[in-house]
Amino acid sequence: MENKLKNSFADYFDQFRELGLLVFIVTLSIIVQIRNPSFLTGENINDLLKNTAILSILAVGMMLVLVTRGIDLSIASNMAFSGMLASLLVRDFPQIPTILILLIGLGTGTFFGFINGLLISKGRLLPIIATLGMMYVLRGSTFLISKGKWVSAYQFTDSFKAMATGSVFGINNLILIAAAVYLIAYYFINHTGTGRRIYATGSNPESAKISGINTDRMIILSYSIMGLLSGLTGVLWMARFASAQSDSAMGYEMNVIAACVLGGVSMGGGSGKVGGIFLGALLFGILNNTLPLINISPFWQNALQGAVILLAVIANVLAKRQVTKKNLNRRIK
Amino acid sequence: MINSGIKKHSFLKWEWMLILMLILINIMNASLSPYYLNYFNISSAVMAFLDKAFMVFPMAFIMMMGDIDISVASTVALSSVIMGIAVQAGLPMPLAIVLCLGTATLCGWINGMIITRFKELSAAIVTISTMILYRGIAYIILEDQAASGFPEWFSFLGWESIGPIPFIVIVFTVFAVLFWLILHKTIWGRRILAIGQNNTASIYSGINVDKIRLMAFTSAGFMAGISSLFLTSKMASTRPNIAVGYELEVIAIVVLGGVSTSGGRGKIHNVIMAVFVIGLLKYGLGLINIHSQLLSIIIGILLILSTLLPNLGEDYLKKKKLRSNT
Repeated sequence: MENKLKNSFADYFDQFRELGLLVFIVTLSIIVQIRNPSFLTGENINDLLKNTAILSILAVGMMLVLVTRGIDLSIASNMAFSGMLASLLVRDFPQIPTILILLIGLGTGTFFGFINGLLISKGRLLPIIATLGMMYVLRGSTFLISKGKWVSAYQFTDSFKAMATGSVFGINNLILIAAAVYLIAYYFINHTGTGRRIYATGSNPESAKISGINTDRMIILSYSIMGLLSGLTGVLWMARFASAQSDSAMGYEMNVIAACVLGGVSMGGGSGKVGGIFLGALLFGILNNTLPLINISPFWQNALQGAVILLAVIANVLAKRQVTKKNLNRRIK
Repeated sequence: MINSGIKKHSFLKWEWMLILMLILINIMNASLSPYYLNYFNISSAVMAFLDKAFMVFPMAFIMMMGDIDISVASTVALSSVIMGIAVQAGLPMPLAIVLCLGTATLCGWINGMIITRFKELSAAIVTISTMILYRGIAYIILEDQAASGFPEWFSFLGWESIGPIPFIVIVFTVFAVLFWLILHKTIWGRRILAIGQNNTASIYSGINVDKIRLMAFTSAGFMAGISSLFLTSKMASTRPNIAVGYELEVIAIVVLGGVSTSGGRGKIHNVIMAVFVIGLLKYGLGLINIHSQLLSIIIGILLILSTLLPNLGEDYLKKKKLRSNT
């Protein structure tokens, strides 16, 4: 009985977190809609989702990494490197089919993610140090392979650019890809043994090991998935902006981490939901998209983002404390 | 018994590794360029990399406690921008300098307050948010403009020397000695290491952990202010996008200096050596026109190897001990 009560409280809190985020998003949308009626039009929503797609895809990988108590700072450089490699191939060998280029990008990203995982699990490096080192190596290598030059719009083939700009039934490809990633991630995390084992590894590494989970393999797997998604988004990034530079996506890793935190993924590992990070990424996208619509200078964007993240995590802590307090009070009675 | 033997061994090794690296880099630089071993060149090299080195000391303290501060570079930008608009508004320079240091200290204090009041949050999350927030405020203040108009004497900080020694070196030495004394000769230093070793045990043995963490983060803010002064003085103008990415460079130096990021271990003199390893490496490669991007590859590899090699070595020694025991 008592156990049941405790469970229902935990459930209540989990729902509260996502519900709170949803309420916040809806309120924000209503305010923006009142000030500028063009916000909730089909075209703008399409734009908004298109701009959020890359961020939300990366958030899936970052969530897995954070769940294993890790962090990946190298994703933006990994995107730049994989994307640059793909772009150089497109520029120099336009006859290679686009699908092969995409696969090469995916493979490169996965490879570096795998190395990260190997360093962290087998080499016992702290995730922040291993991925920081990888970030430096990949950013420098991006410059090296491109020799500091850009790949510009006219050097890309049309089919390469179409990956990000094309659409099916009027819905942009990026949105469709993001939707596919979310569906697969939802199934993988909630309905497969491997997905659950990743969560077990993060919530208690010792007992996971004792109960026969190969925690090293789970860590390597989650960093490889992160790398795969970085490779994917790296290629899409170059296709979307039709320009590849050695400093593409610089600093983007922080946005992704921030979106995950907004979405309720704990840095301590073991918890995080697909629905949560979707809402987190969406909120991030809305903050970026709506400021120009309601005549707020774009220079306010960073400060508002920072303030929202800070308030969200603090509100989360306060709500959690309240729930634990109530729970304890009930037990005393 | 086994453990302590291994620890002592690898500690010794790390100090020697850094000294070896320094010697190798100096030999390499001297052989690469005939202009290297020249007092004027070396002192200008030192001036070039010391401005971000001030943040290394409090970052070492913070990382020894198992925390991290990612917002220091944004603090540099915000305090520099505040100083810039203060001067543009016609305030006297000394007051602007006080404002700069005050803003930076306040930024650090806010970090510390949030981290100690909401212990459920990791320092990484709090400082990532304030990193975005502080730089965001700098953007609100200056937008895409630059602020300049600093008086002539202000450039003394970054460029001039007292006798043969650059002013920045004197200030750096003072802070280095100060932080070395705090860590290695005072009870505060012992407490910082104790917190890093075991936070809970430290609380139960009566250490005011909150106070020490708050002070460490506040001092990180203050030292970012000092960095901001020297950086602004050297550039003679300021923008909201200065010092982007410095936080990672500072963290890299601290890690290369052998500070254990899981807390509890580290020495200030090793961190100082790491400052010079990275700085002189940068300078030497600059002499032969190697692009700074190639340097970032070298720093990345150094960073990974500097933590990977001791781990592998420890594994090897453990295995050897086990084998000889059986």
